[in-house]
Amino acid sequence: MKQYIELYEQCRGMLNGHSAPVLNALREEAFGHFRQMGFPSQKVERYKYTDVARHFAPDFGLNLNRLSIPVNPYEVFKCDVPNLSTSLYFVVNDQFYDKALPAVPLPEGVVVDSLCRAAETFPELVKHHYGTLARSRKDALNALNTMFCQDGLFVYVPRNVVVERPIQIVNVLRSDVSLMVNRRVLVILEEGASATLLFCDHAMDSHAFLTTQVIETFVGENAHLELYELEETHVRNTRFSNLYADQKAYSSAVLDNITLHNGVTRNRTDLTLSGEYAETTLNGLVIADKEQQVDNNTLIDHRVPHCQSQQLYKYVLDDKARCAFAGRVLVREGAQKTVSQETNANLLGSREARIYTQPMLEIYADDVKCSHGSTVGQLGEQAMFYMQQRGIPYEEARMLLKFAFAADVLSTIHLDALHDRLNYLVDKRFRGELNKCEGCRMCKN
Amino acid sequence: MLEIRNLHASINGKEILKGIDLTIRDGEVHAIMGTNGAGKSTLSHVIVGNPAYEVTEGEIIFNGKNLLEMNTEERALEGIFLSFQQPVEIPGVSMTHFMRAALNARRKHEGLEPLPAGEFLKLMREKRKIVELDSKLANRSVNEGFSGGEKKRNEIFQMAMLEPRFSILDETDSGLDVDALRIVAEGFNKLRRPETSAMVITHYQRLLDYLRPDIIHVLIDGRIIKTAGPELALEIEEKGFDWIKEEAGL
Repeated sequence: MKQYIELYEQCRGMLNGHSAPVLNALREEAFGHFRQMGFPSQKVERYKYTDVARHFAPDFGLNLNRLSIPVNPYEVFKCDVPNLSTSLYFVVNDQFYDKALPAVPLPEGVVVDSLCRAAETFPELVKHHYGTLARSRKDALNALNTMFCQDGLFVYVPRNVVVERPIQIVNVLRSDVSLMVNRRVLVILEEGASATLLFCDHAMDSHAFLTTQVIETFVGENAHLELYELEETHVRNTRFSNLYADQKAYSSAVLDNITLHNGVTRNRTDLTLSGEYAETTLNGLVIADKEQQVDNNTLIDHRVPHCQSQQLYKYVLDDKARCAFAGRVLVREGAQKTVSQETNANLLGSREARIYTQPMLEIYADDVKCSHGSTVGQLGEQAMFYMQQRGIPYEEARMLLKFAFAADVLSTIHLDALHDRLNYLVDKRFRGELNKCEGCRMCKN
Repeated sequence: MLEIRNLHASINGKEILKGIDLTIRDGEVHAIMGTNGAGKSTLSHVIVGNPAYEVTEGEIIFNGKNLLEMNTEERALEGIFLSFQQPVEIPGVSMTHFMRAALNARRKHEGLEPLPAGEFLKLMREKRKIVELDSKLANRSVNEGFSGGEKKRNEIFQMAMLEPRFSILDETDSGLDVDALRIVAEGFNKLRRPETSAMVITHYQRLLDYLRPDIIHVLIDGRIIKTAGPELALEIEEKGFDWIKEEAGL
């Protein structure tokens, strides 16, 4: 913790000098909170399953001077998800890559840009939203990210604009030394707007990376958002991501988080249903083996009546993977007619794999329909025997069963081409052919 | 040719098979009849190599190879097929995926390339007609939500796809109505070849009317206590097993 406090004190000027006033405005307050809170210990319920301080202990480089990193992601990634044409953007570490932008223009008024630049171009809009969901006082990692972030991504869809073509953002980690990246993302969908976002996280170099990411998402009245996150990095990558979303009345959102390959990952999803008749679907799929760690921690906060939420997280673990799922659904007083389902199902392929599962349901209203549950199981012996009797080799049979287990999360993906592509990637993953990130597989055949 | 010599097997330390001797030549169909709990299903599971059972003595030789040295899938690849009494449901694994994995494993074993997707689907279409399964089969999960009759027809369908040298039908007639029984039995008969052989476990003459086995064995308390021609099944249908037990001094 001390190293980050010292770093901030020494580099204040540099941080501010290479960022925008709107972002700089929250830095000092965040620093105050961070200094006061420090890294959360595992005694804090939300952080029970991940020892945060340990992952922040090593010294990482930071690119506070915004030195340009020699890379042309467009040359590296010839993006071509079969049949899925996206508006493709790259964020290299925390820097929006704007040397070449998609040929097909976005609908009028829609902005996909560097957060720092957006904060200069639309200062009022950014100021009105930035840091309002991901409060520094709520979470030390919000504070840390707010202290150090200098840039990231800004997505804005104005009122009643429907963006048909999915917006794909490839987050590329690229460095010649081990690197810490603090990326910030702001997504605003105004009333009646609709968009699909696909974030793919990749690491181009085998160096150790430590990323903090904070995504704040505003879903306006009657707006529709689909947000898919896919991590496909390597075992030396550590990711702390906090996703906040606020949904207004009659809005709908699908938030999918898929960890295909990683090192250590903690994803916090904090979703607030603040307008009536809002609907939300939260899905997660984790495939982990070796000594990989994935900790998904979710909160769905039903603040008003007549909202619906569904949650399905599935984990397929093997070797010595250690993972956790903690999902808290909070139905506040007065949030009548809430309908909520929460399911976490886990498949353990080895004796050493561990899953800590903790579905939580807190209800303070009396007219609601809620359920929550979790299962932990092994590969079915009878099914294994049945398949082997048909001549299917042991490893292949295991893979088919794992794939089958994961299939229903994949089936919730509305983008057909992405769904097909993920089926393919998951299949490869189980075959052990996806052991390290070799570039954007979403994009490269 | 399958040869079983002095086979003893147990499950959870309890001996079920107490010395089975049985020889089934190419082209032959043998029926195994017997009271409940006599060890009929155990025999079939031991032949295919279910790891839940432990063979404590004896040997099983199939076309000159020692089956007991092989694991389940190796035996399957040698051409041994079990039509399960209770086929297992595998949610999420489509029949297409499942069958393709099985068929290509077999082809690989025989030194053949995997079957191209188009040809594979054509083969599926062809073979499912043998047991009158409809076109939805391909996309359904293995046995999931299948009726009892469909499950048994699906077993014979798989047999048609894999063309085993030696098949075991473990109470394939149980839970079938008259029409389904006819479909399953006729399907099986269509698959018979001079070089294939089979072992049929059943309680009822009805199935045997269709399959016309060459030899009937009576298995009681882990031993074969009587072996005779097809007329034995009719006698059992009429008089039960008691007279055979008496004959054997049990």
